[in-house]
Amino acid sequence: MGVTKYNLHCQSRYIRRDRDWHPPPLAPRYLSTTYRSPRHRPVTLDSTVADITGPVFGHDKIGPNDHDLLINYAKPGKSAVGERIMVHGRLRDENGRAISGVLIEFWQANAGGRYRHIADTYKAPLDENFGGCGRTITDEDGAYMLRTVKPGPYPWPNGGNDWRPSHIHFSLFGEGFAQRLITQMYFEGDPLIELCPIVATIRDKKAIDQLISRYDPQSTVPMDIRAYRFDITLRGRCSTPFENRLEGN
Amino acid sequence: MLDTVRKSIGRQLTLTALKSKESPSQTAGPYVHIGCVPTFAGLEGMFGGVDLGSRMINKNTRGERITITGQVVDGIGVPLKDGIVEIWQADHAGLFNCSRESRGRADPYFMGWGRQPTDRNNGSFTFETIRPGQVPYSDGRLQAPHIQFWIAARGINLGLHTRMYFGDEERANQDDPVLSLIGDEHRIQTLIAAKTPRGFQFKIHLQGDQETVFFDI
Ligand SMILES: [Fe+2]
Repeated sequence: MGVTKYNLHCQSRYIRRDRDWHPPPLAPRYLSTTYRSPRHRPVTLDSTVADITGPVFGHDKIGPNDHDLLINYAKPGKSAVGERIMVHGRLRDENGRAISGVLIEFWQANAGGRYRHIADTYKAPLDENFGGCGRTITDEDGAYMLRTVKPGPYPWPNGGNDWRPSHIHFSLFGEGFAQRLITQMYFEGDPLIELCPIVATIRDKKAIDQLISRYDPQSTVPMDIRAYRFDITLRGRCSTPFENRLEGN
Repeated sequence: MLDTVRKSIGRQLTLTALKSKESPSQTAGPYVHIGCVPTFAGLEGMFGGVDLGSRMINKNTRGERITITGQVVDGIGVPLKDGIVEIWQADHAGLFNCSRESRGRADPYFMGWGRQPTDRNNGSFTFETIRPGQVPYSDGRLQAPHIQFWIAARGINLGLHTRMYFGDEERANQDDPVLSLIGDEHRIQTLIAAKTPRGFQFKIHLQGDQETVFFDI
């Protein structure tokens, strides 16, 4: 009885976030953090049922082209301008378990580095066939795929001559609200990664490496579209060898 | 027996090989609306023209209707005009609409999740929802009714989790295990939404003397 109870408790708790792996709230080189960074340490709580549960988005909410930024905003028969790419990978938790049936949202600038947004006044032109947003639901293996054009780098006001490396923003839900995460994906070989103050908010090189997608020649479709591989990890549940034996996984 | 041990070791190795750290967070940036509230961002007709989470209740939803209005401000009192606020809450009976809810079946007409952009002129937000029922804490004690909040924006490097409690639930708030854990009365007050004629008013301070309590959950 005691063992069962312990097992349930342990199974339902998320591994604590490693706040040295994530960027700290205040990052001096990224000026926007100055007044938007809490100064108190967050108060540590046990997971409650509110944290291990989360919103469920059914496939019925998702349209067949929602994941395809090449065409999901384009006029019929048209396509966005730029380098055609697909990005694919697996969504897993820290224990290596596939996270299936969950929503992923993504957004990005167009091939010239311009966002379709009222606040973006960069001189690169908008593309009338590119909206810049998409979404999908992971399959039973946690796999996902999106098609788009490679986003262009863009300059941003941060006190100097700062340019964002090409990137795609990702919003991830997971299964429990405690797993909620927004991050960005970069492209292998981009010299701007190393110079970017937003990338540099992450202190560990290995952590930055987790956000860099790799060119994937195997999945590249001849005469059609190049592929990049990007695997994403969300928090896993607290787990011990003893618990694994009880669960038989 | 030896076989079991071997199997167990093999499984541990497999697990170790697959283990990975959580992907690190990056700011949502100033254009978060394109991905999370595209209709608000001006992408007319995108995804059917309705932003996910923009409507939380319908005529079949059970429970007391409430309006939560609020505002997010930074450390020098400047409204956060380019962020998003998400909420996640129990239904009228204290149950979550999720397959991992093991205590019963939640109201099928209440998803429990909402998402709103902060207003681009004054940083305000509004949620039309229902008052949640009570939910137990990890040790089984009942918590006061509350709603989970999550905030993402430019300049926020890792999404911020907090909770909103109700100003007219004084008794339950007094006994709440999480509020008791915070201890400091001044800090506790940052989590309690004031009752107003219109509903509840919840101001979130990212920094400063009145910095809201954020949680590591
Ligand atoms: Fe961006």
